[in-house]
Amino acid sequence: MADLLIPALMIAIAAIALAKKQDVYAALTDGGLEGLKLLVSIAPALVMLLTALQMLRASGAISLLTNWLSPVSGFLGIPAETLPLMLLRPFSGSAALAVGAELMGFYGADSLVGRTAAIMLGSTETTFYTISVYFGAAGIRKTRYAVPAALIADLTGFLMASLTAKML
Amino acid sequence: MVMGAIWLGMIFLSVCAAFWSGNTGGLTPAALDGAYSAVKLCISLAGALCLWSGLSKVMERAGLTEKLGKLMRPVFRRLFPRTSKDEIALGCLTANVSANLLGLGNAATPMGVAAVKRMRTLSGGTEATDEMCRLIVMNTASIQLLPTTVAAVRAAAGAEAPFDILPAVWLTSVCSVSAGLLAAYVFGRLRRG
Repeated sequence: MADLLIPALMIAIAAIALAKKQDVYAALTDGGLEGLKLLVSIAPALVMLLTALQMLRASGAISLLTNWLSPVSGFLGIPAETLPLMLLRPFSGSAALAVGAELMGFYGADSLVGRTAAIMLGSTETTFYTISVYFGAAGIRKTRYAVPAALIADLTGFLMASLTAKML
Repeated sequence: MVMGAIWLGMIFLSVCAAFWSGNTGGLTPAALDGAYSAVKLCISLAGALCLWSGLSKVMERAGLTEKLGKLMRPVFRRLFPRTSKDEIALGCLTANVSANLLGLGNAATPMGVAAVKRMRTLSGGTEATDEMCRLIVMNTASIQLLPTTVAAVRAAAGAEAPFDILPAVWLTSVCSVSAGLLAAYVFGRLRRG
């Protein structure tokens, strides 16, 4: 069933669009170009961040940090290795993506750490960025409890990601 | 500014740690290796990102966002009772959330901004309303049905089935959105107190 999820979606999307008399192929290539532009726009950030992350890894700083934090994170059931990801996630999407990719590369995509990182990335957002864009553009000055409520959602996401990764 | 400080901090910390562990010789190769691995990541992401963005565009043009939005209207009337009295605001709101569900980030942001602007016109102040906070939580807690970028990163890192994390992502998202909305509800009650 899961094997056919993506192919079935491709058929369904294209068939619905064709039935609505849309130029499906032009939409595919237009969208594809947007996707590549997005990638080009985050590529420099990924290079800078992965450079810094690889240096942290090689210097032993990451393993030192992980060792210090493992008692705390073990208590919460979160892999200590994912802490940098959780810290950067609310601020920068590309930084979180870089940390996640480095974790998946170092520990393996199907390892517990790799899976936890992937689930965290897939189920959280760049919270502070989103809040500043939405409220900034609309001229909202007093954000009241939007930030704490959004951070509670993120924290729940991180805890649940660690839990669900173990159940897979 | 913040990212600059974080970046400098990362480099500085790695130099300090390298002195501590005596592995100062590993830093330069690691820097170059990191830059190289970023390019490798970009190339392995390019295909999947291009393909998925193309499919997203087809969904957008075929009007799937609107369809999904219509399906969700009953839920929205409960979550946003005041906003849903206004047709324009409700339209922007449903478009924002359904674009998020389908993973159309590019389409979601302008609709979300339009929704908050309209809600602001309705409320008349510069203070966030309870319903705005709810909308923010729904956007920051990520409710994407198919996390395609993450799946592409997993595929690049050699995952056997990149999408096998889906049930876990859904369950996690449902929990985080619920926790966020619950927190928003409690905070809203306390402040009014």
